[in-house]
Formats: sequence, C-alpha cells, structure tokens
Amino acid sequence: MFKYLFAKEEDIPAGSAAVFFGFSSILWFIVGTGLGSFNAAKLAFPDFVTGIEMLSFGHMRQVHVLAVILGWISMAFAMAMMYITPALGNTKLWSEKLGVWNCLIWNIGLALGLTLLWFGITSGREYSDMIWPIDLALIFGILLPLAVNVWMTIKTRRTQGIYTTNWFFGAATFMVLIVFSVGNSPEFFQLTGLTEAYLTWWFAHNVLGLWITPVAAAISYYIVPKVTGNPLYSHRIGHLHFWSVVVFYSTPAAHHLMSAPLPEWLKSFASVEGVLILVPAIAFVSNLLLTMSGKWKMFVENVEIKFTITGVLMAIPLNMQGGFQQTRAINWYIHGTGWIVAHAHLALLGFSTFLEAAAVYYGLQTLLRRKLYSLALANFHFWMLLVGFTTYWVSMTIAGLIQGAGKIYEVPYIDVVIAEHPYMIARWVGGTMVFLGNCVWLYNMWMTLRAGTLIPAGRLPHELAYER
Amino acid sequence: MAFREYTIGVRMFGLAFGTSMFITLYMPASDIRNVSVTETGLERQLSFGRVGGFSYEDPLLQGKAKPATVDITEDPKTGAPIEPTRAYVYASGVPFPNGIRHPMILGKKPMELSLGQGKISMADEAQGAVFVVRTEDVGGETVGYIENATATRGWVPEAAMKVATQETTHYIGKGKIMFVREGCWWCHTLLPEQTQDWQYFGAPPMLGDFNGESPTAFGSDRKAPDLTHVGSRNSSKEWMIMHFFNPRLVQPHSIMPRYDYLWGENDAAGNPIDFDGWRAEYDKYVANERVYPPEVPVPAKDSEAHALIDFVLNLK
Repeated sequence: MFKYLFAKEEDIPAGSAAVFFGFSSILWFIVGTGLGSFNAAKLAFPDFVTGIEMLSFGHMRQVHVLAVILGWISMAFAMAMMYITPALGNTKLWSEKLGVWNCLIWNIGLALGLTLLWFGITSGREYSDMIWPIDLALIFGILLPLAVNVWMTIKTRRTQGIYTTNWFFGAATFMVLIVFSVGNSPEFFQLTGLTEAYLTWWFAHNVLGLWITPVAAAISYYIVPKVTGNPLYSHRIGHLHFWSVVVFYSTPAAHHLMSAPLPEWLKSFASVEGVLILVPAIAFVSNLLLTMSGKWKMFVENVEIKFTITGVLMAIPLNMQGGFQQTRAINWYIHGTGWIVAHAHLALLGFSTFLEAAAVYYGLQTLLRRKLYSLALANFHFWMLLVGFTTYWVSMTIAGLIQGAGKIYEVPYIDVVIAEHPYMIARWVGGTMVFLGNCVWLYNMWMTLRAGTLIPAGRLPHELAYER
Repeated sequence: MAFREYTIGVRMFGLAFGTSMFITLYMPASDIRNVSVTETGLERQLSFGRVGGFSYEDPLLQGKAKPATVDITEDPKTGAPIEPTRAYVYASGVPFPNGIRHPMILGKKPMELSLGQGKISMADEAQGAVFVVRTEDVGGETVGYIENATATRGWVPEAAMKVATQETTHYIGKGKIMFVREGCWWCHTLLPEQTQDWQYFGAPPMLGDFNGESPTAFGSDRKAPDLTHVGSRNSSKEWMIMHFFNPRLVQPHSIMPRYDYLWGENDAAGNPIDFDGWRAEYDKYVANERVYPPEVPVPAKDSEAHALIDFVLNLK
C-alpha cells in the first residue's frame, strides 16, 4: 500500500484502493465484533474484567458501535464504490491514488478517533460520539475525498446512462456529507438543549437512512444481476426506491425521541413518515427477489448470492419492525428496551452486513483475479454469521419484550434484570459466533490473495466455484 | 451529465432533499428556539457549566473548569443570615453556560428578566461570578431568571465558597463530566419512557428543562433504572458510595460495573486505598468465608467518585 502513495497514477494497478479497503474493512469487522463480544460478556457477567477504567463497559460500548459503522460497514462501502462505480461506467476509477490515500487516512483517522473514545474523550452524543476535531477530519479527510472520487468516476464514465447502483452511490456520498456536517453542528457551534438532543437523533437516523441503507441496497442492485446474469427486474421500481429514500427516509428523525418533550407536530409527522419507509423497502425487496427469477438455485450454490439474498430477505422483518415500532401505539411499549438493540443489529449485522460481505467476497476475487481459496470456509463463515446473528436477535427481542412488560406493569427494575440474564448469555454466545466466523473469513481472504487459483481472462469468479 | 434527464433529476433531487431538510431542520429549530427556559432548566445549566463533553478547557474530560454549587444560609458579603439559597459559583476563568453567553436561548421573558433585574450581561468570566436562580411574577405567571449576585449583591466567588461547608458544596458540573465520560448513560436514561413509566420514575421533563445544556445525554438503550429524578427517590450518600464502589454490595443481582477506580489513590482521610486487598476480602465474602463485606472507603472531596455522587444526588 505504502509504495503506491507517491507512485504515478498510471503505475498504480487498477483496483488497488478497493483491495486495500476490502482487507481494512474485514480487519475492522473483526475488531468491532470482538469488542461487541467482550461488551456482551460484561452484560452477562458484570465482574468479568473489572476495576480497569479502560476496559469498563462505558468506555468500550461506543468503540464497538463506531468501529462497526465507520470501520466495517463504511469501509466495505468505500471498497464497493471503488470497484463497482468504474465497472458500471465502463471506465477506470477517477483517481486510484486518491483512493489509496483515502484508505490510509481513513484507517489512521478512525484508529485515532476510536482510541480517544476509548479513553473517554467523547462529545457525549450517541452515534456522533466522536469529538468535533475528529468529526471535521472525517468530513474533509475521509468522506469528501471518497465522494469526489465517486462523483468524478461517474462523470468520466463511458456509458450514456447511469445505472441504479450509481445513482445511489452518487447521492448517498452527497447526503452523508450533509448529514455529518449538520448532525455534528451542535459541537461546532455549541448548540444546546433540545436542539442538541434532536440533532443527535437526526444524525443517528439519517446516517442509517441516507448512508447505510441505500448504499447497502445499491450494492445488491449490482451483485444480483452481475452474478445471476439476469437483468434487473425493473428500472422503474429502482426509481421508486431511490426517490422514496430521498423523500421519506430523510424525514422521520424525531421518532427516536417520542418520549422527549419535542413539539408534538414534529413527533406525529415523523411517525407518519416513518411508516412510509415501507415504500422504498418494498420496492427494493420486490425488485431484487424478482430479479432472481429462474436463478434461485444460486441462492444455495453461490456464496455471493447466498449472502446478498439473505440480506435482502432480512430487509423484510427489518422494515416491518422499523415502519411500525416507531408509531406511538407500539413505541411506548418497546422504546428503550432490548427490542431496539435487536432491531439495530438486524439493520447493521443482519440486512446490511450480509450485503457488504457479498460485495467484499465478490470484489476481492474479481480484483485479485483469484478464485476463493475455500468455498467450504466461506459457507462456514455464512452459517456462523447467520446462526450467531439469529441467536443474538431472538434473545434480544425476547429480552426487550420482557423489559417492555416490566416497564408497563411497573415491575421492580431488578426483577427485569434477573429475568433478562439468560438472554444476555445467549446474546454473548451469538455475538462471539459472529466474531469467530469473521476470523475465519479473514484467513480465507488472505489465503485467496496468496494461494487462490488464478481466474483466466474472460471468466467470472463464481463460474469457477465448483471447478478444480 | 449531458442527458437532459439527469439535469432535471439533479434539480428534482435538490428540491426533494431541500424540502426534507427544511421540514426536519428549519421548522423544528425555529419552534424549539422560542421555548422559555424553566427553573429546572436554569438550575441544570448553571450547575453543569458550559459543556458536558469534550471542550477546550477540559480536553481530557477530567471535570476541569466547572462551577461549584453551594447551599448557603449566610450572606457572603455581609455575613448576615439569609433564606437558604442555592448559589452557583464560577471561579475566575470558569466558562459561563450558554444562557449567560447567549441570553437569547433562555426565551423571551426569562431573557428580559435576566438581563434587566439579573444583570447577567455584567458578569465577566475573567473575574468569575456567583449566580442564583430567582423567580418573578409576570402577569400571574411565575418566570424564573438568572441573577448575577456578584453585580446585584456584591457576592464574590471566594466569599461564597467560604460561607459554604464541605457538606453544602456540590461538584455537580464535574460529576456531569464523569457521567458522560464513564458512559453511565449507556444504561441509565435521563428521560423517562412514555405513560406508565412516569409512575415509577417520576414526571417527564418539560419543554424548557434543557435550554443551555449540552450534551443532554438522554440515553436510548435502557438496561437500568431511569435517573431523571433519582435524587428524590434515594438521597442516601452512603448507599451511593457502596453502590458505585461495588453495586453487588447493595444489590446482589445488579449488572452495573464497579466504579471503584473513580476513588483515586487516597480516601477522604488521606489514607491510600488498597484495592487488591479489598477485592480479595470481597471475594472471601462472596465465597461465604466472611460474614460482612469489607468496609468501603469514603471518597476524597476532590475525587471523581465524589463529584459523580454529587451529580446523581442532585438529579431531583
């Protein structure tokens, strides 16, 4: 990587930036899920590693969350953008060198920001926990260079039209810049009180709605047609998905604060708009599943499709929960409980992670021109992720329902804690499975780089999956 | 972008996204900025100080440059007895909260009273100041405002600290920093849930309870009791000391971490704390080899644990 930092643009092999981003994202995924497993162990066994400030739950929780969001998910996005955007424009990445620098600065900036958080140097705002100097570095040193690279690659494309995936990439890189700048403005400008509280959740909502969800969906718009060979079922449904994300998904931020003393019109408006996120969700899921028609055996045989379609299917419970759990009729029962924790993991570890994992599997094989080292290990990774996640999700959903019942029936709080204990152990087991699966994944991808069978020109990696 | 469709598309995108931002940012912000601060809101921001997270004056979140909150019954200038009064002492150099720096955020009536009767515009950070919260009847409505007692009564910070005792001095601002830094709010919310929860954890906050406070640290993932009114439910300092040192001393089923590391090196009497010895004794207690758990050291006045307990006990 370092030798390309000062190389001439034409001397850097195409796809270098994407490969570096790909491996970085897997490493951050291991870090993030490892921390998650450690934190979960503390919730199950409070005296596990105790008395050390740096290893206390309150210092580690936000490091887990942001390592996963900004390390794993966002770096996998950057990886996907750096090989999919040029591929769909029939061109090269606008600047491979900028991409390599972007990856380096991203890794350094994120490591620095997370270390500060680990020491307790925080803004005290959930999801925008990073202190404002790090926020500025994220905006101008990381997200802006990525966005410029994507926009310029789309601009210098050699096709006439722009494919669905690239609308999302171009728009989401723009929207995430706005979301980061506005969402962190309470720190830049010392905004206080309810404005600060509202903007915290405005950020938290929109970073999911305008960055993670649309980019993850955009990846599957590429992977499914590419690997199955089927054209996208409907361009128009893609339009419906795109425009309803921009119009509906950007508005319900206040539904995260239904119990706060915010203006009532804002909460009601957010709640109605929150149900309307079912429009992009249904458009997305139906479009992808219909694209699979005639190729469903690949859901079993092909590892990228297996990951992608599992992620797409998880979007169904995800959006059914997301659309309705924020209405007042349901929110009063489950707000602030483990149900929401389960839902957040369904979004990030279920839906989105499976789509990004497919992008990283497919991208690394294509860019390295090497066949996957071991399909068996990839399948093992898939099942560790799926079973681990499901264990987590089911146990946290049950814990959440217990908490909700305890809340409305005014059960003494400690009885709720006691009742939750078995589910805390189950969540720890599930999270640990995900972590171990990811360690296997890194080994598999590293061995693909070192010892994978070379893919002959003109063939696609998945065509060779069952050849010796 | 040569396609006409894309030129239209980009404009449509700008319109759609811009409208969304107008509705979700401009409209709520213009609504919230008209909210008048409540007395609770004034007390909160004056006791917390300027910022509860990372800031220039306290980059490592150690609770530096924060005000002290004192309960006094004696006039710091004349020494004459007065009604019990809570005063917020900003020593010289301690940054003022936003309500003093930008009185506009207090809302119309509290701003006018704070500037007129309260003389807050005369307060000077370099010199320090003592503030109190007062109320005034405005057309049948009780309006709280900030009074700069340094300007109105000649109370200077040093004198105010002198008339307060160790028991009546609270380091709430430093405690808020500990609350944020140690991530207490990852499990304990500062915002009761909707409906039934209010009977268990107390009344929900009002619209003007947060003006000038940052971060609000409401929390979202409630794995533990809400703390909005915890000081009204449990006012025992002894219970808090045991609970923070090792929650399982007072609640065997608690999953809260031990915060014994906030005690620092020495206890209130200045004796070094033997943490390893304490833990070994405690393990014996857990193993039924001791009848009583070992004695918990009392935190020193300048310890982080002391400030955190001050903060928690003052959540009323």
